[in-house]
Amino acid sequence: MKIKSAESERHVLTVMVDNEPGILAKITGLFTARGYNIDSLTVADITEDHAVSRITIVTNGPPAVIDQIEAQLERLVPVHKVTDLTTAGPHVERELALIKVAGTGDKRVEALRIAELFRANVVDTTTASFVFELTGSPDKVDSFIALMRELGLVSVGRSGVVGMMRGAEEV
Amino acid sequence: MSQASGAALLMQCLVDQGVEFVFGYPGGAVLPIYDELFGDERLRHILVRHEAGAAHAAEGYARATGKPGVVLVTSGPGATNAVTGIADAFMDSIPLVVITGQVPTALIGTDAFQEADTVGITRHCTKHNYLVKDPADLVATVEEAFRIATTGRPGPVVIDIPKDVQIAIPSESKAPTKPGSHRYAPQMVAPADQIAEAIEMIAGAERPIFYTGGGVINSGPRASELLRKLQDLTNAPVTSTLMGLGAFPDTHPDWLGMLGMHGTYEANMAMNKSDVMVCIGARFDDRVTGRLDAFSPESKKIHIDIDRSSINKNVGVDLGIIGDCATVLEQLIEAWGSNKGKDLGEWKARIAGWRARECLAYPEKSKADPSAIMPQKAVERLYEMTRDRSPIISTEVGQHQMWAAQYYGFAEPNKWLTSGGLGTMGYGLPAAIGAQLGNPDTLVIDIAGEASIQMNIQELGTASQYRLPVKVFILNNEYMGMVRQWQELTYESRYSNSYSDSLPDFVALAEAYGWKGIRIENGDELDAGIEAMMAHDGPVIVDCHVAKDANCFPMIPSGAAHTEMLLYGDQVGGTMDDEAKALV
Ligand SMILES: Cc1cc2nc3c(=O)[nH]c(=O)nc-3n(C[C@H](O)[C@H](O)[C@H](O)COP(=O)(O)OP(=O)(O)OC[C@H]3O[C@@H](n4cnc5c(N)ncnc54)[C@H](O)[C@@H]3O)c2cc1C
Ligand SMILES: Cc1ncc(C[n+]2csc(CCOP(=O)(O)OP(=O)(O)O)c2C)c(N)n1
Ligand SMILES: [Mg+2]
Repeated sequence: MKIKSAESERHVLTVMVDNEPGILAKITGLFTARGYNIDSLTVADITEDHAVSRITIVTNGPPAVIDQIEAQLERLVPVHKVTDLTTAGPHVERELALIKVAGTGDKRVEALRIAELFRANVVDTTTASFVFELTGSPDKVDSFIALMRELGLVSVGRSGVVGMMRGAEEV
Repeated sequence: MSQASGAALLMQCLVDQGVEFVFGYPGGAVLPIYDELFGDERLRHILVRHEAGAAHAAEGYARATGKPGVVLVTSGPGATNAVTGIADAFMDSIPLVVITGQVPTALIGTDAFQEADTVGITRHCTKHNYLVKDPADLVATVEEAFRIATTGRPGPVVIDIPKDVQIAIPSESKAPTKPGSHRYAPQMVAPADQIAEAIEMIAGAERPIFYTGGGVINSGPRASELLRKLQDLTNAPVTSTLMGLGAFPDTHPDWLGMLGMHGTYEANMAMNKSDVMVCIGARFDDRVTGRLDAFSPESKKIHIDIDRSSINKNVGVDLGIIGDCATVLEQLIEAWGSNKGKDLGEWKARIAGWRARECLAYPEKSKADPSAIMPQKAVERLYEMTRDRSPIISTEVGQHQMWAAQYYGFAEPNKWLTSGGLGTMGYGLPAAIGAQLGNPDTLVIDIAGEASIQMNIQELGTASQYRLPVKVFILNNEYMGMVRQWQELTYESRYSNSYSDSLPDFVALAEAYGWKGIRIENGDELDAGIEAMMAHDGPVIVDCHVAKDANCFPMIPSGAAHTEMLLYGDQVGGTMDDEAKALV
């Protein structure tokens, strides 16, 4: 017999939660226990009194599963609000990446030239390496990393996506 | 109150919450709480014999009274022993508040003696859980825990309290935390436009059906009354899940019986052929739907549920209404007004045709042993002879559970206690004990299997200690019958490890615990045995020997549609393809 699978869609969810111990484990555990996917997850507290955290989760799954994910998240007591940015309307997604490239000569020059095109900053340099800092959409970060692969990529750190609705709305 | 320790504060909170019973078992990490219990007349502590028994007893108490069940256990093994009952309560939406002791805060994470990560272990089988690290948070936490356990979709809440927090006195400088009112506010009332839409659908239906579930029981007795009222207005036939039995009277002409895997032919056929299905507090469980793509293909579906995650989880519906059963039923009744609804004569006639199949008929005699009592007969007699005392029935898990659901009739809510979602063998005896404590004057019977009863048999001692006159009626077929039935149907009768070997002498066992023991071996002893069970004012085990080869029908085999039910007399047995075998 075969194990069945279904067509997936990518969705970006923001989840406002009480900033209390165990909440992250609750959320990530919910994803594993119910077989949902996490492509990336970011979290930090965002209010003056540190009482509320904003979590951005990039997930993928068939539409019915995405709907269940939202419903299951809302069921958790410390969760205040879940917004699916992907369906809620125009929004921005940004990611921060640190990218280390090592090399000398032409490759080093080329890496620096491409970094300028991408508006990446050099945050550390030695005579044989750079650490670039790049902010942008996940696609932009992906393409930059792909280019660096040919030019001596050593290591990558990515923050995962944070997202926000365009316009005056709170989310 | 400022001089009160964490343990004393906890005790006060429980009293303030109106807690009558605490089901528990002591140990090192809860000694300060047990010391507070000592001599305190405001609460009654029920000492169980195993923490699993505490959790199930609290569940039985909760289901039979509508109040939350409270459990108190020690850290480590105390907490892990309670986990099955917590998971059971989570699946069946039973309100529990479980207090677990924890090692002192400074030792957490050091693999201290009897340390277990209780909050981690119970994270996904509780509605919510807490580790209280500061006695100043205790009062607010307990208040919130009770609110969360009992409102919205009920469920278990764990409060893990380190031993030092039980002993410490909250510092006066720190203001006690107030419960967060900003969070957790279940939606009770449905929007008016959804009610109007539902009424239009129901009034226009030619083949309506009400598919009701445990949510009606969760919502309180008023929901059952309102269900009856709405049915009276609309005339729709009613079926229920295993968890919803009793919400609608079994004696009503429009009662179809239970639906699903072991539901009646008429209930499943009516579900399949209906044009408007109103699901009220049920969750489209796989035991109920059978093969999803063949589930009630022609109907428009309305789903009333307090938990939005139940809606569209397994079955897509046309109108999802988030709200509390009683509240929404009331809204529907009001909105129905002077509606007449369609003439349902033809629909009822079709249903009468399905009823005529008499799907619950069973062979008079066992093939293997013609003199044996048929288990269905035993439950029928039990029902006939005890029904006028309107007893509470609990069950273990297996064929006997299904026979109890099929052949015992329920006219009222909160009279039927069974482990549906988790299907936990060993649930029935402790649940009966909890129910009996909450209803001291009611007849409480655990309809059991000889295998299941052994899973929490130690609780016989609890009933003896508290002089609880619970009855255990064992349908002893010398098999894990439900397992044997599946092996017969799917594995060509290779009965791998499903024979109940080395059974104890249940009568002697009963007597050893100070219970009365009765054995029934032949048909002509059945009525007298039941009579004697009821005549005894203490606890009784009835070891009722029944046919070993009886199977539970009707049955929708794994992966089959509602219309592909097996009835008694159908040729069954053999094997199945892997797709079907993979289903549970
Ligand atoms: C051996 C075995 C065989 C079984 N066979 C069958 C079978 O043939 N037929 C059958 O039906 N079951 C059967 N079951 C039980 C089955 O596994 C499920 O437990 C059961 O079907 C679920 O019942 P339910 O849908 O009523 O949901 P429950 O588990 O009772 O859930 C209640 C639903 O109501 C909602 N709710 C709770 N409170 C409220 C409220 N106040 N207002 C509104 N909504 C509320 C909840 O959110 C939830 O969606 C069997 C179990 C076992 C162990
Ligand atoms: C704790 C637990 N373990 C295993 C099972 C699987 N199981 C379901 S029914 C059953 C057999 C029950 O036998 P018995 O209590 O004699 O009831 P019968 O089916 O014979 O009426 C088993 C093993 C279960 N439901 N619960
Ligand atoms: Mg058995």
